[in-house]
Amino acid sequence: MCRVLVLWVYFWSVAVIGQTEIVQFDNSQQQKLYQKVIKELRCLVCQNQNLADSNADLAQDLRNKSQEMIKSGKSYTEIIDYMTERYGDFVLYRPRVRPATLMLWFSPFVFLTGIIFIAVRRIRSPAPPADDRFTNEEMEKAKNLLRDKPET
Amino acid sequence: MQNKTLLPFLVFILIVVFLAIGLNLKPGEVPSPFIGKPAPKFSLETLGDKNLRITRKEMLGKVWMLNVWASWCAACRDEHSLLNKISQDGVVEILGLNYKDTRFDANKWLDQFGNPYSVIAFDENGDVGIDYGVYGVPETFVIDKNGMVRLKHIGPLTRNDISQSIIPLVKSLEKEKI
Repeated sequence: MCRVLVLWVYFWSVAVIGQTEIVQFDNSQQQKLYQKVIKELRCLVCQNQNLADSNADLAQDLRNKSQEMIKSGKSYTEIIDYMTERYGDFVLYRPRVRPATLMLWFSPFVFLTGIIFIAVRRIRSPAPPADDRFTNEEMEKAKNLLRDKPET
Repeated sequence: MQNKTLLPFLVFILIVVFLAIGLNLKPGEVPSPFIGKPAPKFSLETLGDKNLRITRKEMLGKVWMLNVWASWCAACRDEHSLLNKISQDGVVEILGLNYKDTRFDANKWLDQFGNPYSVIAFDENGDVGIDYGVYGVPETFVIDKNGMVRLKHIGPLTRNDISQSIIPLVKSLEKEKI
């Protein structure tokens, strides 16, 4: 138990230290904006991390860039526009809806609608009448079985 | 009855097709938003001489290649001999963008491996790199006479890339009018 606790404290502290990055902003609004921006932007080097999580050099540079822009009073959209201009839609975790991203946004709904449609049709269509009559062969077999009653 | 066996099979084929497409994608290569758009402006000190500046404007009117490199970039070595070769053969003018490097290291590296560049812009803090959407060195851009980006290659160039995409593209761009 004690060991587990020590381990837990160890990993927890490492995780906390790992994340510490002191960024000074003039007000909490800018701080919030910064957090929002670096969570939305993808690090292009390690593609499954956002800027907030990534330790890559490029992520650091882009975080600095975001900081600079926020400090100079740029809005969320301006920063997002700046990044998309340079790195394309891929830099956003939620790419904007435009012709090139239509498939990405709407194909799941198309599939879902298709599946629901098929499912509903299947459930609604009456089951085919079960063929419960025996064939002549089966009847014959049954009769034979009944005839040869086991001796009691 | 026919239908019941055919449908799962068709679904299976569909999944296989998607899988095949997925396997052949290169998720490491993010499509560049710059293709067909003007190359971003820049004005930087040259690597060789602090007092000289190189700008995008000076390159207008010719087909050129922008190669982003750094002395700390191991993959840059892989393509370097090929760059030397196309520079010697006079295929295209190559402008270097020395990305987040030090002058000392960069010059030493060039002494060691050769210098295929007509000019090298020194992008010490990587700002121009960000403007060009650079995220993995080496990266190579082919830019036409009007200053439009026509191709972006991420990662080291291979012999195939040069003979099959760079050279034919440069040749056709040379024929374009300004």
